[in-house]
Amino acid sequence: MDKQLKETILNPIFKGNPITVLVLGICSSLAVTVELKGAFVMALSVMIVTGLSSLVMSLLRNSIPNRVRIIVQLVVVALMVILVDQILKAYAYGIDKQLSVYIGLIITNCIVMGRIEAFALGNKPVPSLLDGLANGAGYGLILIVVAFFRELFGSGTLFGLRIIPESFYAAGYMNNGLVILPPMALILLGCIVWIQRGIQKDLQEK
Amino acid sequence: MDYISLFVKSIFVDNMIFAYFLGMCSFLAVSKNVKTATGLGVAVMFVLLVTLPINYLLNKYVLTPGPHAIFGESVDLSFLSFIIFIAVIAAITQIVEMVVEKFSPSLYGALGIYLPLIAVNCAILGGSLFMQQRDFVNVGESAVYALGSGLGWFLAIVTLAAIREKMAYNNVPPALKGIGITFITVGLMGMAFMTFMGISL
Repeated sequence: MDKQLKETILNPIFKGNPITVLVLGICSSLAVTVELKGAFVMALSVMIVTGLSSLVMSLLRNSIPNRVRIIVQLVVVALMVILVDQILKAYAYGIDKQLSVYIGLIITNCIVMGRIEAFALGNKPVPSLLDGLANGAGYGLILIVVAFFRELFGSGTLFGLRIIPESFYAAGYMNNGLVILPPMALILLGCIVWIQRGIQKDLQEK
Repeated sequence: MDYISLFVKSIFVDNMIFAYFLGMCSFLAVSKNVKTATGLGVAVMFVLLVTLPINYLLNKYVLTPGPHAIFGESVDLSFLSFIIFIAVIAAITQIVEMVVEKFSPSLYGALGIYLPLIAVNCAILGGSLFMQQRDFVNVGESAVYALGSGLGWFLAIVTLAAIREKMAYNNVPPALKGIGITFITVGLMGMAFMTFMGISL
């Protein structure tokens, strides 16, 4: 059981990463990766929502008729997202404004529903909570990696702090404006997939 | 705002896929051939066109406070908007599915499997959330916006499917095959769409 629990936690972070391997939840993920701060908050929000909704659905799993489960899932997930959104509005209003509609879009993030369907409906509450948190973390990891490169090369900062010294700019260095634009996020993600599949040959498609 | 300008803008400049990454999951999963991509594209366009004006009316007359609101000027229900929007979307997709099945079995055969998927397509909920943010003046504007974004999504998925069909004959590095090269293709398509930025009619 202990080994299984460890597998539940570690698998989604690298080997079975929800974004690069399962290709879930890309919708709301890329637009928030212009800056590390936004990506970090988004990653945390998704972790909390997937974890808590998996926990609630796992507790309810024996009392929900199969036919209406999708609606129940949507309501539970929407409730969690409303909670997260209200907390962000109260304590981090600037970031909430910056993330705009993407916090709301966690509701339709395929990772949340996917983990509920694939794991929480057939497992006990504690492993479901861990599975949800781990998948949120796997998603967050990719988000933070993409945001790291985009913020560093796009604006020369990390978490808003200047990393590339002024003397570079004086010598003619320029920020790469293209990295800030949406297409570059996709290309970076393509490169991450490339690297991961280069290391793990068993993931390659025929 | 001028209807034509809003329409063209929502297709090209504010393209759901290339500018906001909305509806990416099904966009990547269902773009392996042009025929199924067309089916999903039409279904998304249709559901957007139905749900967005309804959500607009709900948002204006029920959720936000103001002179029109049926709960008076002081009741602010906007914190409920996520749950209301997603409930409307889920219900409308269900109704659309039943109506289409009853009146046009051939269309149902073509769209059938995609309709239930649409309830969790980010493009639909995203459309409603953007509508809430943009403060459209009337239902007409929200409908034009819905049609434009739906058409933009449709164009994007059909083009990607066509490219992927051609790409089947190319020699892609093994580690990039499948999803990797698709990400890069979408990125390059996005760069092409960037050229529409700043267009105004």
